[in-house]
Amino acid sequence: MATVTLSNVGKTYAGGVDAVRGVDVEIKDGEFVVLVGPSGCGKSTMLRMVAGLEDVTRGEVRIGDRVVNTLDPADRDIAMVFQNYALYPHMSVRDNMAYGLKNRRTPKDEITRRVDEAARMLELAPYLDRKPRALSGGQRQRVAMGRAIVRQPSAFLFDEPLSNLDAKLRVSMRGEIRRLQKRLATTSLYVTHDQLEAMTLADRLIVLRDGAVEQVGAPLEVYRRPASAFVAAFIGSPAMTLLDARVSDGQALVGDHVVAPAAVPAGEVTLGLRPEDLRITRDGPLPMRVDYIEELGAQRIVHGFVDGQKIAVTETGAESLPADLRLSVDPGALHLFDVKTGRRLPQTVTRPEAVPA
Amino acid sequence: MTLTHPSVSVPRRPFARLMRGLAAIGASEPQKRVQFDRPLTPWLFLAPQLAVVVIFFYWPSVEAVLSSFYIEDPFGFGATFVGMENYSDALTNARYQATAAFTAFFCVVVTALSLGIGLLLAVKADKVIRGAGPYKTVLISVYAIAPPVAGLIGMMIFDQHIGPITELFAFFGHDLRVGVNYWDTAIAVITISVWKQIPYNFIFFLSGLQTVPVSVREAALIDARSGWRRFRDIVLPLLAPTAFFLLIINITYAMFDTFAIFDVVVKDKPANNPMTLVYKVYLDGFKGNDIGGSSAQSVILMVVVAALTVVQFRFLERRVHYG
Ligand SMILES: Nc1ncnc2c1ncn2[C@@H]1O[C@H](COP(=O)(O)OP(=O)(O)O)[C@@H](O)[C@H]1O
Ligand SMILES: [Mg+2]
Repeated sequence: MATVTLSNVGKTYAGGVDAVRGVDVEIKDGEFVVLVGPSGCGKSTMLRMVAGLEDVTRGEVRIGDRVVNTLDPADRDIAMVFQNYALYPHMSVRDNMAYGLKNRRTPKDEITRRVDEAARMLELAPYLDRKPRALSGGQRQRVAMGRAIVRQPSAFLFDEPLSNLDAKLRVSMRGEIRRLQKRLATTSLYVTHDQLEAMTLADRLIVLRDGAVEQVGAPLEVYRRPASAFVAAFIGSPAMTLLDARVSDGQALVGDHVVAPAAVPAGEVTLGLRPEDLRITRDGPLPMRVDYIEELGAQRIVHGFVDGQKIAVTETGAESLPADLRLSVDPGALHLFDVKTGRRLPQTVTRPEAVPA
Repeated sequence: MTLTHPSVSVPRRPFARLMRGLAAIGASEPQKRVQFDRPLTPWLFLAPQLAVVVIFFYWPSVEAVLSSFYIEDPFGFGATFVGMENYSDALTNARYQATAAFTAFFCVVVTALSLGIGLLLAVKADKVIRGAGPYKTVLISVYAIAPPVAGLIGMMIFDQHIGPITELFAFFGHDLRVGVNYWDTAIAVITISVWKQIPYNFIFFLSGLQTVPVSVREAALIDARSGWRRFRDIVLPLLAPTAFFLLIINITYAMFDTFAIFDVVVKDKPANNPMTLVYKVYLDGFKGNDIGGSSAQSVILMVVVAALTVVQFRFLERRVHYG
């Protein structure tokens, strides 16, 4: 177990693509960090630089107290789980798991002990003598995890390990990965484009955009105080509504409608509203025209327009809704972002006692 | 139609059984099953292919087996039945035994070298270019050369006066005399045969290598430091089906398709030169006019090939992993 540190790491591919630019990240010993972002933002590239499968163009990658920039993947003391499992098709499950240990001259009985232990943990014991092609997708992914676990590496690296599984299996495997990681307390870097997976797994999230870090923080921290409009729209489901708005006289307005007090300088802003922070009330300040409703069972998502702009509201009611509603929102639930940079505007939250006289 | 006369129904039975057999094959793969209104229609479709097989394969084979039991008059006036005499003559003949030994040696060396070099080139090419075209084209183009032409080109390289390889050997103090010295000829024929077959093996090995998934190679990169180990433990086993296929092709090539190369190199001076069994069949039959002996030899060859094929499939194929 070890810390993994990236200092000003950058990657430029041969074609001139800047896939990763100046990333600074420290993953603490035993921490589970999830790298999340839309497809093509450089997550895999970053992970593969840590693994040694991709050269580091700029900066420094450290695992423990070693700079590993030029070390072979096999010398970095890491284990990786791939999206398409990458099992050795001609080897039995047991041999798949044992192969890395054999090459490290681990004693035979130690190999057997570790493989059996991993098989027990992952409920793979009945399949140890099977070839990968005789296993289901979920079982294959567990073998891939077992292959990583038996190595007892300094760090686990996961590249979208659940993306090839069906939705139900994905949820249960997610829990399994989380449990295992807590139990083994192995430093982990996990890549996914699925924000829900990221939220549920991570001790800390790193949101990546176009190869640069957009925000780092605990999942709830990122959820509650997204550092930019990009993060705000990416994290959370249903996604946060972003409206063109303006602030004048300490009030946020959408069109002519005053939404709530906002303590930022007057001018144009992007106003973020989470669907669950909006309430349908008789005399709310925001008029909404209902477009369509998604029933999810436990709740429903009401889609519509405010001042011609799209908006979504979640609520738990079951009665039918009129075509025109009014919404109200807590001043504390307002997220305000700079129109140009997209960065969060400081002091957006204006608690009643903090309102300047 | 009712069949009342037994003499009509009897010859029809094997035919009916064959049809049932074909139907059973179809039944195991229902998606490929085709229904014909008339039972004879499929045979009509098969007829041209069957004709080719029968006329050019079965008929000569049967002829060969038959004539192997006769000694033909040198002037073609008649044949005498001699039983197994042609076979025992061939098998006890010292010259035949020497040729058989050389054929075995030749097959092993040519197969091993052309497979080995083909694989080596493929591995190197796979590393450098992962699929780029021109390099492949240069190597594969050798395969497009017809065997007799390859033989002629080879003869130029080994020419007594201007051949670069002859000069190379001279540099090391050996006077290479292809067509005169037994082992010098062997070296020439082996070199040309291997050279001719390398591109074929190369292209198959290269495409085999490119079917090994990138992520599997990467997983191996993390699991094993040594490149040789990764190759031996991961890549080579995944290449085994390709290698098995090529092994059979190469042995067949060495035994039969090198005929034209021998013909060019050994031509007109077979006296003290090495040759394969196939070439000896041709020499004895067409040059020596010993049709019976030559037929017996070719039947022996047929049996050897059949045995070899059975051995390969029974013992080797079992150890091959098909992805
Ligand atoms: N081998 C490569 N050569 C050139 N460009 C690449 C290569 N691999 C990835 N890229 C580019 O780098 C960017 C980041 O890719 P990647 O790290 O795979 O994204 P992600 O995993 O976040 O989807 C993309 O624009 C992609 O096209
Ligand atoms: Mg990726």
